[in-house]
Parts: sequence; structure tokens; C-alpha cells
Amino acid sequence: MKQRVVADLSGLPLHAMGEASLTWWGTLTFMLLEGTGFALVIAIYLYLASLADTWPIGAPPPDLLPGTLVTVVLLISAIPNLLISRWAAQQQMTKVRLGLIVMTIFGVLPLVLRIYEFRALHISWDSNAYGSIVWTMLGLHTTHVLTDLADTGVLLALMFSRHGYSPRRFGDVQDNALYWNFVILTWLPIYGCLYWLPRLWQ
Amino acid sequence: MSPQEIPPDLRDSDLEPAALRRQLDGIWRTPRGILGALCTVDHKIIGRRYIATAFVFLAMGGVLAMLMRLQLARPESDVLGPDLYNMVFTMHGSDMMFLFAVPVMEAVAVFLVPLMVGTRNIAFPRLNAFSYWMYLGGGILLWTAFALDMGPDVGWFAYVPLSGPEYGAGKRADIWAQMITFTEVSALAVAVEIVVTVFKQRAPGMSLDRIPLFVWSMLVTSFIIILAMPAIMVASTSLILDRLVGTHFFNPAEGGDVLLWQHLFWFFGHPEVYIIFLPAVGMVSTIIATFSRRPVFGYLPLVLALIATGILAFGLWVHHMFATGLPRLGESFFTASSMAIALPAGLQIFCWLATLWLGRPVLKVPLLFVLAFFVTFVIGGLTGVMVASVPLDTQVHDTYFVVAHFHYVLIGGAVFPLMGAIYYWYPKIVGRLMSEQLGQWVVGLVSVGFNLTFFPMHILGLQGMTRRIYTYQPDMGWAGMNLFVSLSALILAAGFALFFFDAVRSASRGAPAGDNPWHAATLEWATASPPPSYNFDRMPVVLSADPLWHDRDTLSVATGLRVDRRELIVSSLVEARPEARDASPRPSIWPLLTASATSVMLVWSIFTPWAVVWGAIPVAVALVGWFWPKDTPEDDS
Repeated sequence: MKQRVVADLSGLPLHAMGEASLTWWGTLTFMLLEGTGFALVIAIYLYLASLADTWPIGAPPPDLLPGTLVTVVLLISAIPNLLISRWAAQQQMTKVRLGLIVMTIFGVLPLVLRIYEFRALHISWDSNAYGSIVWTMLGLHTTHVLTDLADTGVLLALMFSRHGYSPRRFGDVQDNALYWNFVILTWLPIYGCLYWLPRLWQ
Repeated sequence: MSPQEIPPDLRDSDLEPAALRRQLDGIWRTPRGILGALCTVDHKIIGRRYIATAFVFLAMGGVLAMLMRLQLARPESDVLGPDLYNMVFTMHGSDMMFLFAVPVMEAVAVFLVPLMVGTRNIAFPRLNAFSYWMYLGGGILLWTAFALDMGPDVGWFAYVPLSGPEYGAGKRADIWAQMITFTEVSALAVAVEIVVTVFKQRAPGMSLDRIPLFVWSMLVTSFIIILAMPAIMVASTSLILDRLVGTHFFNPAEGGDVLLWQHLFWFFGHPEVYIIFLPAVGMVSTIIATFSRRPVFGYLPLVLALIATGILAFGLWVHHMFATGLPRLGESFFTASSMAIALPAGLQIFCWLATLWLGRPVLKVPLLFVLAFFVTFVIGGLTGVMVASVPLDTQVHDTYFVVAHFHYVLIGGAVFPLMGAIYYWYPKIVGRLMSEQLGQWVVGLVSVGFNLTFFPMHILGLQGMTRRIYTYQPDMGWAGMNLFVSLSALILAAGFALFFFDAVRSASRGAPAGDNPWHAATLEWATASPPPSYNFDRMPVVLSADPLWHDRDTLSVATGLRVDRRELIVSSLVEARPEARDASPRPSIWPLLTASATSVMLVWSIFTPWAVVWGAIPVAVALVGWFWPKDTPEDDS
């Protein structure tokens, strides 16, 4: 076919951030996918609870302290997370590096608290169906904290390397921050289910 | 000039056409040799592999079907024993659903969607490579297990408690559950790629109302995949946990529930039907428009019907569970929604008929397949409306009536359009046409063979013949019709064999196709057949819904892209306004390494939960290798 040139695109940027970036949309799509997974485990929790004569089965409601501490830590982490996303948009390298260090700490803290959280359930995964679902919910969320921490760690290394000075890397930092918001948001309904629902149920 | 010597400020507009194509090919071509083949990220090469692999699994699943027909051809036959028969029907169903039907539709999309939206590669090409390797790994796992007498034997929906720790001894059910993980990871990856490709990589000017209908259908399908497949992953993971580490999700003695499995399975399993059917709908719309020589009638209602079907698909799952004694109000709701989904399906059929009526239909093989689809799918749809009603469903549940019904919708509704689509797009994929004469024979043998094979199953079901029985006694009175079915299956198999023969033969002997043998309207026909590594030498600009009919001689294009790196256009979601000239990744071995590490972890975890801990380390290492920047011009920004 003959061609007729109707547009010159040489003025376009070589990479764009936010909603003009493919990875931003990819992150969003993965959040939808994994969010469905979270919704499903919550549905299983509610389904099993609706069948049981008493809920929780064979255990008191989990102790509030460790889970609530995790919630507080996650909610506070939203602030540096918001800041790092802003700094990445402005491509401020020093602040982004600092922010990544802070976010690494905020990734480790919930994992440490989580050890106590599993103990505070007062039930094992193989005791009964209640134990199975609460361990699965906590496990699923822990996996997400862990993978985002690994991602943050790799980004931290990247931003201290010569590869860091690139809009593409700053975009990666933004996407990582977006994903951390997802980790925070998915925790809230799980926290409500695990800790408050059994108390209201009784 | 080698690629290294190209200055970054050189643009496609600075080069003569021949020099431009040479330069682009140097940048985009997959290197030769085994390493090149293992590293490729070209959506066309991966799409071709995906399609070919899926058809190999179709043939293998077909052989299993023929074995079952051999066993059932006469009463009290002993070709297959009960244990082997259980494995064979489970393998047939699992293979056809998870290794053929879903992957083949996504495979066609992997090849076509980037071409149809006018871009140079799919979004996340390395994820695409990873996805293919995972799919292949899942297929090898399932079939190797079968060869070792470890194949699953619990039915393709693996109901508990049969598949649970108490009754499903050995590793057979674990193989099934882990095959699910492999194939769902790969399917979900492709769904993400398609969503982002369609959202962000459309040619400038291809606003939402100019997206080809096949692309629309794949977009809706991808969203269904993203929202439905997590359910089967949650289900299969809980099953493995119950079997491996003693959780009690499905154990009623400890607060679990067996129906939970059915809810989770069918929350995926019913949308699965539309995951297979909607791509076929897109193929039908495309083929009908091309061979009616006019734009499809009712573009907007067709798009809305796709979206409506996608939404309603999630409100039907309980109709697979009518026999479990659910509350009556729930049953009524799911009956109503099951009947409601016939509305968008009917609407589409009327739009297609109107297109044919108003056009000048050319009866080539792809359109013949569509006509065979009409008849067969309408019959399957009608029995679908029948089993949507609770009293009828309770009567025919688990009988051959249901077997007949779902083969009518799946083969009639999806495989016929798929075969038409292969005849239609084969020239684009291979560069040569398949045979028109053989194709007519294939349509005849497959459609006649299919109806003779499956229609009598309705009657067998009404006569009380249940599914999944490995034999029956002579005094049941089913022998004559079963023999008829088995003999008819030979006609169907001959049709498929001829189809494979034609596909293989035409690769070397078919007539050269040229760019646009059918005079079709969509962008994939604006480039060579098979398309060059870079798809389009200059990026197409779209000014109407049928770009190649809008102006039959001239393609509107945009220039200004770099030629020293893999560059493509990122455009806005609604209007497809160009936003950036972004880069597409180069070939890489890391997707294969990541898929290998993931496969080791998944197979190992059938035997010990610690595999998830230790096996995750190589996966993490491979992922870092995958994403670490490589100092190529593609990393410029």
C-alpha cells in the first residue's frame, strides 16, 4: 500500500509517567487481579463463618494488639509513600533515596509484627476450617508485603547505582508506591474480618 | 550501517523505504539459532508457538475422546478399565479446557491484537514469553503424569471430597491442582498484556468506537479472565493445602464445607465458558464483515452485548449446582440470570444475520464455518435455556444430555468459529492460503460428524445414561445408539485430520497470499504476510472504523520514530491520542529462566510445603535478572 504521512511524532517524549506509562497500567491490572484474590478469601471467611454454629471455631477472637499495631504502621507508611511518589514525579534523587530507605523499614516492621500476629490467632491452620482461613488470609497478605519489600530493596539498589538517573527508574518508584497503597488498602478489610468481626459476631 | 552506528536522532522519516525496512529489521529481528528461539519476545513467534502447541493438545485430547468412544461403542467392553477410564475422561476435559480452549483463544489474540491495533509488539513482551513457557510446563506436567499412571482421575472439576485427602490418595489430584496453577498463571499474564496493549498501544486515531470487534471481544475476555481465574487459583491452592498440610477448607467434620469447592470452582467455571466463547464471537463478527463486504451491522449493540455477556457471566455459576439443594430463592435468581444471558447472544445473532442480509456474502470456507456455527450454536443455546430451568436440570443433571449440551456450545460455539478463523488468518500468519476445496470438505465432515456424534447424546441422556460411566449393561438399551455415536465420531475425527493435513500441507504448497487476500478492512492486512519483525514500517494512523476500506490504496501513517531502538507509540485510553514514543524490550533469556525456576518450585511443592520457601529464592533471583537495566537504547527516557 502507498503511504500518506499525516502526523509527525518526533516531538513526543521517549517515556512518559503516570497514566501514560505502560507499567503503571500493568500495575493497576495486577492490582485488580490480586484484589479479586483478596475479595475471594474474604468471601470464604464469611461463607465459613455463616455455616458455623459459633465463630471463631474452637478459639477466642485473636488478640488485638499485634494486628492493630500492623494496621497503625501500615497507615503511617502511607505518608512517606505519598511523599516518595511525589518526589519521584519531581525526579529528586536524594529525597527518593531517603524515601526508599524509609519505605524499606516500613516494609520490614509489619513483617516483624506479623510473627506475633500469627501467635495471637491462638489457633493453628490444621486445627479446623477457621484456623485454615485465618492463616491463609494472613499468609496471603504477608506474601504481598514480602514481594513489595523485595521490590523496594531492588529499587533501592538501583537508585544508588548509575542506572538510577532515568525517568524510567523514577517511574518504577512511582509504580512501587502505587502498589504499596494496594498493600495497605487490602489489609484494612482483612483486619476488620480477622479482629472485629468475631467480636461483633458474639 | 550496523545498528550500533545509528545516531539516536535519526528518524524513520530520514530513510528511504528500503533502507528503513532494513534498519528496522536489524533492530526488531529475533536472532537466529537455538538461543534466539529461547530468548524471543516477538509476539508473532510466541503467538505461532502458542497456537501450534494448543492444537497439539487438541489432537491429544481428541485421541482420548476416541478412546472413550471405542470403550463405549458396545456394552461391557474392556478396552479401558474403570481406573484408566477415570483418568482418560479427566485428562480429556482438563486438556481441552485448560490446555486447548483458553490458551488457543489467547494465542490467536497474542498474534493478532498487536497487529489489529497497529503496534509493533504486545505490551510486556517478556511476560508474554514467560507465559508461553509456563503454559508449556503445565502441559508437560499433566501429560508426563498421565504417562506415568499419575494422571488426575477426579473429573475436570475435581469435586471434593473425591479429590480431597480422604478419597484422593496418591498424587493424582495434586497434579491436577498444580496444572491449574501453571495454566492460570500463563492465562492471567496474557490477559494483563492484552488489556494494556488495547488500552495504551492503539494506533493514533483508533478511538474506542474504532476498535475492531475481535479486539473488543479479547478485551472483555481478558477482564473476565482477570476477575474469574483468581477463583480457581484460590480453589486449587486450598485443595493442595488440604491435601499437603492438613487444612480443613473442605472438611465438614472440622467446620469446612464441600459445597465451598463447587462455589469457588463454578465462580470461575461458568465465566470460563465465556472466556472461550467471546473470542469466538469476535472472530465471527470479523469474518462476517469481511465476507459480506460491508461494515458489520450494529457495531455499538455488538460491543454492548460483549460487555453485557461479560458482566452476566458472573451471575450464573450456581446453575451448575441446582442438584445440590440450595435455597429456592437462590435457584430462581440463577435461573433468571441464566435465561437473561440468552438476550445478548440473540442480539448478536440478529446483528450478524442483518449484516449478511444487507451485504453481498462470499461463501468462502471461513464463512461456511460461521454458518455451521449458527446452526450448531443455536441448538446448544436452546438446550442451555432448557437446563437453566431447575426441574429440567435436576432431571438431566450428570447425564449425557449435559454432555451433548456443552459440546454443542463449546465445539459449535467456539471451535467452529476458531477453525473458520484459522482458515481466515492462516494466510496472514504463514503467508500462504489454505486449500478452499479441502476446506469445504473439512466444514462438511466436521459439522455433519459433530451433529451425528453429539445429537444422539441428548436422547441417551434422556434415556438415563449418566456421564463418566466406563461401561453399561446390554439390557439398558443404549447399545445401538452408542455404536452409532462412536461410528459418527470417526467422521468428526476424519474432518479434524483433514484440517491438520491441510494446515501442514499449505505451509509449503499453499498459494501465496499477498498482503490482503480477502480484501478485509482491519490493520493486520495493511502489512506483509507474514508480517515483518517490526509489523509496520511506519506507524498507521486510523481515521475510521474500517481503515482499509476507508481508503483502499493509501495508508495514513505517522513518522518521527527513532530507528536505533525498538520504539512504538503509547496513546491515550479513549481517543488514542499519541502520548509517548516508548521502547519495547529486546529478547531475553530471563523469562525462560524465571519460568523454569517457577516450574521447579510448583512441581516440588506437590511433595513438600518447604518447596515454596526454598524454591522462591531462584525465582526471586531470576526476576531481578529480568528487570535489572541492561544499558540498551531501549532504556533511554
